[in-house]
Amino acid sequence: MKAVLALEDGTVFYGEGFGVLGEVIGEIVFNTGMTGYQEVLTDPSYCGQIVAMTYPLIGNYGANDEDIESVKPQVKGFIVRELCNTPSNWRNKETLDDYLKRYNIIGIQGIDTRALTRILREKGTMKGMISSDPEFNLERKIDEIRAFEIKNPVDRVTTDKVLHYNGGDKRVSLIDLGMKQNIVRSLQKRGCEVYVFPANSKPEEILSVNPDGIMLSNGPGNPKDCTGTINSIKQLMGKKPMFGICLGHQLIALANDADTQKLKYGHRGCNHPVKDIEKNLTYITSQNHGYTIVESSLDTSRMTVTHRNMNDGTIEGVRYKDMPVFTVQFHPEASPGPTDTEYLFDEFIAMMNK
Amino acid sequence: MPKREDVKKVLVIGSGPIIIGQAAEFDYAGTQACRALKEENIEVVLVNSNPATIMTDTNIADRVYIEPLTVEVVKNIIRKEKPDSILPTLGGQTGLNLAMELAESGFLQENNVKLLGTATEAIKMAEDRQAFKDTMERIGEPCIASKVVNTIEDALDFAKEIGYPVIVRPAYTLGGTGGGIVNNEEELMEVGSNGLRLSRVHQVLIEKCIAGWKEIEFEVMRDGRGNVITICSMENIDPVGVHTGDSIVVAPCQTLSDKEYQMLRSASLKIISALGIEGGCNVQFALDPNSFEYAVIEVNPRVSRSSALASKATGYPIAKVASKIAVGYSLDEIKNAVTGKTYACFEPTIDYVVIKIPKWPFDKFVKASRTLGTQMKATGEVMAISSSFEGAIMKAIRSLELGIFTLEQDRFKKFSDEEIKEKIKDIDDERLLVIAEAIRRGISIEEINNVTKIDLFFLNKIKNLVLTEEKLKTMKLSDFTPDYFRKVKKLGFTDGVIAKFVGCSKEEVRAKRKELGICAVYKMVDTCAAEFEAMTPYYYSTYDEHCEAKKSDKKKVLVIGSGPIRIGQGIEFDYCSVHSVWGLKDEGYETIIANNNPETVSTDFDTADRLYFEPLTEEDVENIVEKEKVDGAIVQFGGQTAIKLTKALDNMGVKIFGTEPKYVDAAEDREKFDEILEELGIPRPKGKTVFTLDEALKAANELGYPVLVRPSYVLGGQGMEIAYNDKDVTEFMEIINRVKQEHPILIDKYMMGKEIEVDAISDGEDILIPGIMEHLERAGVHSGDSISVYPSQTIDEKVKHKIVDYTQKLAKALHVVGMVNIQYVYYNNELYVIEVNPRSSRTVPYISKVTGIPMVNVATRIMMGRKLKDFGYGTGLYKESEYVAVKVPVFSFEKLHDVDTSLGPEMKSTGEVLGIAKTFDEALYKGIIATGMKLPQKGGGILMTVRDTDKPELVQLAEEFEKLGFELYATGKTANMLNSQGIATNAVKKIGEGEPNILDLIHSGKVSLIINTPTKGRQPERDGFKIRRKAVESSIPCLTSLDTARAVLECIKLGRNEKELEVIDLSVFNKK
Repeated sequence: MKAVLALEDGTVFYGEGFGVLGEVIGEIVFNTGMTGYQEVLTDPSYCGQIVAMTYPLIGNYGANDEDIESVKPQVKGFIVRELCNTPSNWRNKETLDDYLKRYNIIGIQGIDTRALTRILREKGTMKGMISSDPEFNLERKIDEIRAFEIKNPVDRVTTDKVLHYNGGDKRVSLIDLGMKQNIVRSLQKRGCEVYVFPANSKPEEILSVNPDGIMLSNGPGNPKDCTGTINSIKQLMGKKPMFGICLGHQLIALANDADTQKLKYGHRGCNHPVKDIEKNLTYITSQNHGYTIVESSLDTSRMTVTHRNMNDGTIEGVRYKDMPVFTVQFHPEASPGPTDTEYLFDEFIAMMNK
Repeated sequence: MPKREDVKKVLVIGSGPIIIGQAAEFDYAGTQACRALKEENIEVVLVNSNPATIMTDTNIADRVYIEPLTVEVVKNIIRKEKPDSILPTLGGQTGLNLAMELAESGFLQENNVKLLGTATEAIKMAEDRQAFKDTMERIGEPCIASKVVNTIEDALDFAKEIGYPVIVRPAYTLGGTGGGIVNNEEELMEVGSNGLRLSRVHQVLIEKCIAGWKEIEFEVMRDGRGNVITICSMENIDPVGVHTGDSIVVAPCQTLSDKEYQMLRSASLKIISALGIEGGCNVQFALDPNSFEYAVIEVNPRVSRSSALASKATGYPIAKVASKIAVGYSLDEIKNAVTGKTYACFEPTIDYVVIKIPKWPFDKFVKASRTLGTQMKATGEVMAISSSFEGAIMKAIRSLELGIFTLEQDRFKKFSDEEIKEKIKDIDDERLLVIAEAIRRGISIEEINNVTKIDLFFLNKIKNLVLTEEKLKTMKLSDFTPDYFRKVKKLGFTDGVIAKFVGCSKEEVRAKRKELGICAVYKMVDTCAAEFEAMTPYYYSTYDEHCEAKKSDKKKVLVIGSGPIRIGQGIEFDYCSVHSVWGLKDEGYETIIANNNPETVSTDFDTADRLYFEPLTEEDVENIVEKEKVDGAIVQFGGQTAIKLTKALDNMGVKIFGTEPKYVDAAEDREKFDEILEELGIPRPKGKTVFTLDEALKAANELGYPVLVRPSYVLGGQGMEIAYNDKDVTEFMEIINRVKQEHPILIDKYMMGKEIEVDAISDGEDILIPGIMEHLERAGVHSGDSISVYPSQTIDEKVKHKIVDYTQKLAKALHVVGMVNIQYVYYNNELYVIEVNPRSSRTVPYISKVTGIPMVNVATRIMMGRKLKDFGYGTGLYKESEYVAVKVPVFSFEKLHDVDTSLGPEMKSTGEVLGIAKTFDEALYKGIIATGMKLPQKGGGILMTVRDTDKPELVQLAEEFEKLGFELYATGKTANMLNSQGIATNAVKKIGEGEPNILDLIHSGKVSLIINTPTKGRQPERDGFKIRRKAVESSIPCLTSLDTARAVLECIKLGRNEKELEVIDLSVFNKK
């Protein structure tokens, strides 16, 4: 079945539909990871986005029940160059096509994803549409595409009730902004009992379980939209050791009067070098974010930049002086991607032990 | 960490001659290393015995020594040059071993020389089996479980512990005789007991069987501060068991989920950190296809073949970065040459598929065993880049230059389905094609997977290609929709292949394709999947619509590279291609190179202005030409690969710089060439051109035996043989005709005289001959396999004059502009022309170095319009050097079973070394020891078995050996003859005359040199063949020409000690 991918600037790519057929509008972003498409699909941070994979062969190892970061795929649409319908891996349960069909996700294949990436790199992230409508007419759709907005996506992906995960002697309250399941697994692996709270939980609720520490997860969208959570953070600052990842990192910064801004086309992939300034070592990190903290907005008397992106110099980590709080922009929980910065979870545990 | 201030002068050790397992990749690595060091204003001293390398150019290092890579010689260089450091990890295993020996002997410390990069202890930890195993155990990384046992009870206990199947490997039996895979206790009882009995020391190794596991490699880097990154993952399509150098490899890994990928990536980083590597490193894993279980197979603590592949596959310059790390930089301080902005501390991500296929020498060694296993057999490799797996496979197979353009091969048609099922069990070079045939016969991929353990993912891809072939057969060109046409092109089908399947002409397919606007476009290799703007002018073709190759209005020239390294076409041609590019740059042209060999300097993205990593076929080159709109092309430097494209380029309307195509043709066309010779009054051995066997037999009988039989348009004497009778002619014709011949076959009278070779540069009016080379062996041994001497030692002025005269006349008559290589034979006081090649030859790099004339540069610039007079080297024969240079061939026979080691008109050597000295004897000695040959010590034994015609000449040789105190051995007739001449010789029984016979003697260790001149034919059942193979397997030098034997005798007589050798800096040749 033929399908088109139309961008808000009028560019049209022709391909073939897969997953379910239909029409979808979203923000088009590209991910440069060569493996881990199922983790990408199920990462709630992609809420509202249509993801293009730059690696051309996708679906090679199929889909399984384990490599998921949330209960279902979260992307709005999926763009690949070549979909593999004959996957091969001992854990493979179904083809990627079947998997997306099962969850009602629209995909398009046969796209020159490199050309698409170059456009996004030059012009910045754009809105776009995948459509398998044989009568597709760009002129009729363009306004709709341009009008698209992701509104409060965190509300859509956060848990609606408190979840409890068993663990050992440390207890963590995890504020779910659209968290990847591997954050919970990483904490459990280190002997933590985890309570997962909805994004808009009140500080009292979060503290009610008497946690040893608080974590803020990753999540989708513009951090400035999360005013409720920002307010909660303001009240929680300093009360407990706190660790923020990705959106969590941005919200803690906003709660401390720093500013955030949108990047031209974001960081999404598994190969981003980040320097841990304190250790003077560079680590390869897993990333998925479209916003970053504005360097000049940091109050350096209270906050120290601990990590920096080696490619574009953007802030990747902040430590708060006189408070047991640190945050990173990248994903130490990996999944997909390198686990080189897993040590940050150990640091969080150590902080809770103090 | 900034640059170390205590490093000012560094010795870089190269990897020596090209042998199987150690090829051009180390010239690429070494050249990058030298440049990286020079960028830091570090003085570089280079030593390598291989004169065909780019690294041994005087503009790459500050001081260049082409000297034997032995401990004593390198010590002499260190004493003379006094470097403060050595960079040991870029010269392959040879360079590394040498550096380790120097370090362990305490010599480096005594002379205050530091080892840069990875510390000695770390190298030992990686190279020593036990130390490595202990380290892996310490850090919790699994190795393949194994245990040495002496009793069957212990064997059973251990097998129970690790689980069946297990491999039984008896200790000290040849080729693992008596071992095997066992699946249960019963089988182990039987095989184990047998193995213990067969083992000399009553010992077997019981090892967990991981046959069928995936073989995965990671290229990793670490700096002195502890930053670690992976550059590239690679998956061998062949499961564990086939040497990675003989495996078809795909990058990145295709069948691993992120969990598996990250598990192995983390393990690699943990290992490189635990070992403390500072630089590049390769880690190989075996991964169970049905669980997360894995084992570490091996670690190479240095740059390797795989790292060259990883560099080309990703664009990340591993050798360069490793060198910077070695002088103190950390990864985050080294600029990323690809983006020019970011740093080397990142992991490349790629957005295409890379496939490497090895180039095996079985087309030359038709009798060699093609079975692949743990001993590498390939001489080179090709790499292909595409946006699909299928596209990459199709590009790779046509890059091999085997005349294979698609998976369907007629020669498998004759096999029954049952035979095909049997054949897929054979692990050999043809398995990919056999699997395709099996799929075509309807054999299920599950069944094929069951037999081969090749992952279903790959088998499905092959199936897709087979199904496409079958579909095409049912179609007509007019059935093609634009979408379908594009789809087929994306799968890598050339117009020619499509034409064959649909039954029309290539031109029709092409015309229709153009009409539909389906053209190749080019994508960039940029390390970052287009995330950042890149500076790398490094492209591959796809059939998409968006093209990234930038247009340029400058004057530009396409240089055609030489493809994979093979016997007869080695690294020399890469040297030439690269120098041609540099010559063009000197003339102000923009340069474009097309090549497909990942091991080379030519495919480094900063060699030419633009690099097209593509197959070197008509269609692929035409696409480049159309995109680039080049002003012309140069084909003289890419060996036969480039020459073969001359006509096609000419037809495309591309100007061929240098000798015009019609004249190239005249040199290759027998009849046209004979006419020219006749006009010039230059004699040549009589010969005829034939097509059929009948014509061949008739020609041979008219000329009179012996005759030379060979196909035209080949390099390295491929398929060339000396025939002594009709039976030989029949056999050779059959072999030659296995590959479809577009050109006639040549039958020449064979003359056993002195062979002389010249490489000349001609500007159409004048010529310059940098030097005359003389072969030590009489004609009959291929020039690539003979010892070659410059300046000639035994040719008088009159003959030299004649050589210059003939060369001048031939160059003029053939309108040569650029290079010409001419081979002469001097026989019965007459000079004959054997061959004229209007192109660069394999001797050009060496002769350039020892005459100080940058031949390729001069020739290229002449091709662009300059005259010889512009260069100041004069014309005619250049003044002879005061130094003598002796080129000695190097073979890889120990890697290739069933190959006859006797030398003849077909080339067999894989590489060469050069000995340079003030006298011929010393240069020869250096050359001989540089090949690694152990000269027999006085008092040792020499075994002589020669053909009857050589017997008279043997007497003098034997007498001299006897005088030197050698013990002589010979078989019946030869022994009698020598004894009757008063030369005491021990008679030895021939094979079949009872025991102990000649093979037992070789086995006994009493013999340290064998002189065996072959009779004829190459039947493995012959005694001579067995003797020669036995010699190879016992590492005893075996000389198959009396001339070579004489040379070795002279070396022994010279009585030189390596310690006394004077080392010579190449700059002595550069004084004008």
